Amino acid sequence: MIENRPWLIWLSHGVLLLGILIVAFPIWIAFVASTHHASDLVSGVTPLLPGGYLFENYAQALGSGHQASGAVPVSLMMWNSLVMALAIAIGKIAISLLSAYAVVYFRFPFRMLCFWTIFVTLMLPVEVRILPTFEVVADLGLLNSYAGLSVPLIASATATFLFRQFFLTVPDELVEAARIDGAGPFRFFKDVLLPLSRTNIAALFVILFIYGWNQYLWPLLITTDESFYTIVMGIQRMVTVADAEPQWPLIMATTMLAMVPPVFVVIAMQRLFVKGLVETEK
Amino acid sequence: MEKRVVFRHAWLPYLLLLPQLAITLVFFIWPASQALYQSVLRQDPFGLRTSFVGLENFARLFRDPLYLDSFQVTIVFSLAVTALSMGLALLLAVMADRVIKGATGYKTLLIWPYAVAPAVAGVLWWFIFNPTIGILTYGLAILGYDWNHALDGGDALTLVIIASAWKQISYNFLFFLAGLQAIPKSLIEAAAIDGAGPARRFWTIVFPLLSPTTFFLLVVNVVYAFFDTFGVIHATTSGGPGQATTILVYKVFSDGFIGLNLGSSAAQSVVLMFIVIALTVVQFRYVERRVQY
Repeated sequence: MIENRPWLIWLSHGVLLLGILIVAFPIWIAFVASTHHASDLVSGVTPLLPGGYLFENYAQALGSGHQASGAVPVSLMMWNSLVMALAIAIGKIAISLLSAYAVVYFRFPFRMLCFWTIFVTLMLPVEVRILPTFEVVADLGLLNSYAGLSVPLIASATATFLFRQFFLTVPDELVEAARIDGAGPFRFFKDVLLPLSRTNIAALFVILFIYGWNQYLWPLLITTDESFYTIVMGIQRMVTVADAEPQWPLIMATTMLAMVPPVFVVIAMQRLFVKGLVETEK
Repeated sequence: MEKRVVFRHAWLPYLLLLPQLAITLVFFIWPASQALYQSVLRQDPFGLRTSFVGLENFARLFRDPLYLDSFQVTIVFSLAVTALSMGLALLLAVMADRVIKGATGYKTLLIWPYAVAPAVAGVLWWFIFNPTIGILTYGLAILGYDWNHALDGGDALTLVIIASAWKQISYNFLFFLAGLQAIPKSLIEAAAIDGAGPARRFWTIVFPLLSPTTFFLLVVNVVYAFFDTFGVIHATTSGGPGQATTILVYKVFSDGFIGLNLGSSAAQSVVLMFIVIALTVVQFRYVERRVQY
């Protein structure tokens, strides 16, 4: 900083450490709870230090599931979440690249109509039109399927919009050069535009993967078959057990497992994630 | 801005647009128009008779004290979430901008809650505030406060506000930090030479220059509080006790899927659509002024 005031720097570090403590507190408690035996958590107060049941609890959650509430093993739910997140991320990026390419690099009748049709989807999150969307999916027979979990959530314009903005910044000279060299639209897309968009695609992938993994309401509505439960919605079914004590250690172990993949992606891909976030939203 | 050089092709662009348009029409335009259409119909609970009622659903909605209540809850909720998460994020961002050593480390440690699902955030805080075994409940009891969000509407609202704001801090933090780092250092140095202290510099230079970011975040946070917090509420309080935590999105869901009052639910959807469209328009007008191609 400008002036040399050591106490200001110390204050900054102090506030930041306090912030991190507050932010990390719920996770610590969840982790501690996930390492205790269920009987430790039936009454009294949550302990502050880990217990000795770490491996037993996680193995039970991943393997045999949460018997008391008839839940499915966490490994299956994580697999479903993974399929859903990947399908949403890859599907959205693929169709958005194609449509942004069409809108930017071609002139054709109804171009602006197509663009605006896609553009309006920016405005309405799925939560708002939940009931009619559910009916459409039910009529198409997509309940309890991976397609039903992912395809309806692919319909949104954020990615198209981002790619359009990016394509507009690509210099015209590249197209001219490609055309002089005799490259058609397919070649130009594959050999010039795709390699140029690599960072954007990767950054967007990180954001969309997290978006897909964290979906809650949608899988909650369209899955009644346990083999299609995703982990984030599955937790809710574990918590609301009827006529039984919630199995806190198992629930918290599941919560930790539900957080690991997206948090890992954010931390490992920090640079891309920030780029994707700041550019998608602005 | 338009491209000077384009490709010419009769059917290729339509083929490229086909997947996106198909999905948009089937899963977006069609359901959205259905919502508009259903909002002027009234159906009996068994779906046997449907009659056209015009704007009656909307009129009923705005006479319904429960709906007006839920409006009020939504406003209190979104204001609190926005203020709490933006305030803390700004404080942390200013501090992180100040430290040169370790800034990256702090950033890494602060951004990961973005990746936690809202529903999971809800469950985490719900556990901490659990009336029988929660650790903060215990702490509050020592301080003489008897916390029970299953019975007390204020406690329940506080719980969902904390959980929702907690998740949003990292997002706001990233944008504030990016905004702070974009401010030219020479401006701040000039003010320092003129004798302005850190606090004065912040309020007269940094904060005004940060106002575009702040405004952007304000809109984003309100949208977040309106829609993305469904998971927090559904996984913890289910809108209760009474109607204390029923925000508008939750009411659309509960009236539609649990109460099976399709007309009312659709009318509520339409009201929400207008709110989002208004917010989006505000946001884009502002972004358009700032973004330079």
